[in-house]
Amino acid sequence: MLQVANLEVVYRDVILVLRGLSLEVREGQIVALLGANGAGKTTVLRAITGLLDIHEGDIAKGTVTYNGTEIHRKDASQIVKAGIAQVMEGRRVFAEMTVEDNLRTGAISNKDSAKVKDAYNRVLEMFPLLASRRKDTAGYLSGGEQQMLAIGRAMMANPSLLIFDEPSLGLAPMLVAQIRDTIVDINKAGTSVLLIEQNAKMALSIAEYGYIMETGKVVMDGDSKKLLADEDVKEFYLGLHSEGGERKSFRDVKHYKRRKRWLS
Amino acid sequence: MGFVVVAQVVTQAPVERFLNALGSGVALGAIYAMLALGFVIIFKATQVVNFAHGGLAALGAYLVSYFATVSNIPGRWMGDISVTLQWTLSALLALAVMAFIGVVIERITIRPMIGEPLFAVAMITLGLDLVIRTTTNDLMNNTNQGLGDPWGVLVVEIGFFRIAQTQIVAIVVLLLVGLLLARFFKTRTGLALRATAFDQEVAMAQGISVGKVFAIAWGIGAALAALGGIFSSVAPRGAGVDPFTALIAFRAFPAIIIGGLDSIKGAVVGGLIVGVAEVLAGTYLGGVAWLGIGFGGVVPWLLMMVVLLVRPYGLFGTPEIRRV
Repeated sequence: MLQVANLEVVYRDVILVLRGLSLEVREGQIVALLGANGAGKTTVLRAITGLLDIHEGDIAKGTVTYNGTEIHRKDASQIVKAGIAQVMEGRRVFAEMTVEDNLRTGAISNKDSAKVKDAYNRVLEMFPLLASRRKDTAGYLSGGEQQMLAIGRAMMANPSLLIFDEPSLGLAPMLVAQIRDTIVDINKAGTSVLLIEQNAKMALSIAEYGYIMETGKVVMDGDSKKLLADEDVKEFYLGLHSEGGERKSFRDVKHYKRRKRWLS
Repeated sequence: MGFVVVAQVVTQAPVERFLNALGSGVALGAIYAMLALGFVIIFKATQVVNFAHGGLAALGAYLVSYFATVSNIPGRWMGDISVTLQWTLSALLALAVMAFIGVVIERITIRPMIGEPLFAVAMITLGLDLVIRTTTNDLMNNTNQGLGDPWGVLVVEIGFFRIAQTQIVAIVVLLLVGLLLARFFKTRTGLALRATAFDQEVAMAQGISVGKVFAIAWGIGAALAALGGIFSSVAPRGAGVDPFTALIAFRAFPAIIIGGLDSIKGAVVGGLIVGVAEVLAGTYLGGVAWLGIGFGGVVPWLLMMVVLLVRPYGLFGTPEIRRV
């Protein structure tokens, strides 16, 4: 469905952020893309969805293919029309607009008002809370509610692939679980998911396949179960000690991280 | 100068004098509000401070003069129609042409500058203003061109209350513009414009074509500037379009700042406040010798300074204006 091949992205013509990254999302899958801060996860999202331009970024090499057509030269609105929607990092709802108007913006590329109405009803069914706060200003919703709104807004476009950028960031554990369940539900209803996360435990618990990035490259990939069982992944991303599985102290992990990397 | 505060009949009773000045002030405020609305819409959607607003206002007024009095377009094909209809059609055509010019300006001079420093873009609009004004002045031979409006200097008298017909038209047109804009912002395109104004990147991520939104904003902005130019070029504010017409944008500036640079509501309220303040000051302080003549024109700027001291972002403006 989505293939990213040997992608190289350069910011301001000088800073090479992605260095030959490849990944694939198959129809119906949840795929996790994991990595630490600054690994280039968000850049992958921007490259796929056509948002590099306004960040002065450029695809120097490589291709992004969606359902057989190359999309890396298309602009953002065409990519949304092709069926890829995104939930951006930090929710980014239109704080000054009402919940309803926020949702409407998600379907803006769809001229068929009957279909928009369908999508709207489906989203409200999925998030009953949004239905009760339809006329409220989005900025006054709580963080968790705003995340629901951001997801609902993306679902308004009826995407065949939905990309999440750190949906668990800054949310309480209970809300993280709720978001996780929502992602599973969306996937079950037929939307493929690319889940970009730092929270490896959450992401791998629902993903079928996972990629781990470091400084612009995929350093490891495989089935989620395999990744979860991998000693290095455990140490780096789950904070588990290899023997006995007990938690290392934060300082030890940090130290270890600095010393040992996949790429030297 | 094309602007003269309407001379009030000296023998009026205080209440009559006040109400007449108020009517006149609201009408002047309507003109400022039209200009401010165009300016704010461009600023909101594109973050560009449009210094070419005055030039656009003058060009719009000139086009009406050309269509209505020189070429008689579209009247010449309409057969026997009333002067009011002939002029209204000419004015609408001028607005359409101005909207198109706004779109062209955006496409050629603003679009390539997306992502460049806003200061550079502002300088471009300053250059544009010069180009548009010089061209317009040339087109009208640097002289005064009447707009050929059907109302002329006619007034409506209700008891002691006197108001020029053009002033009534200006107020009605502002109301219409307000209603149309309120409607427009609820449509799909209007929603796209609002979304882009709030957060350009997120708007793009929703599939909104930001380029189209920019073009639409400039089209509407230029047409509204022209509308302000037209009403400032007819009696009693002016006697036709001339090389000074472009200065109206400068006079509307306090209105924009008082309302808040990025507020639609603020543009209307600010325009009306400034218009009323200017006329009231002209009426009551005109005779105060030590203030000198023309103190009315200073009052909007004083008002602006006071408002800025209390609310640095204007009455309705967003405290922090995001840069994208």
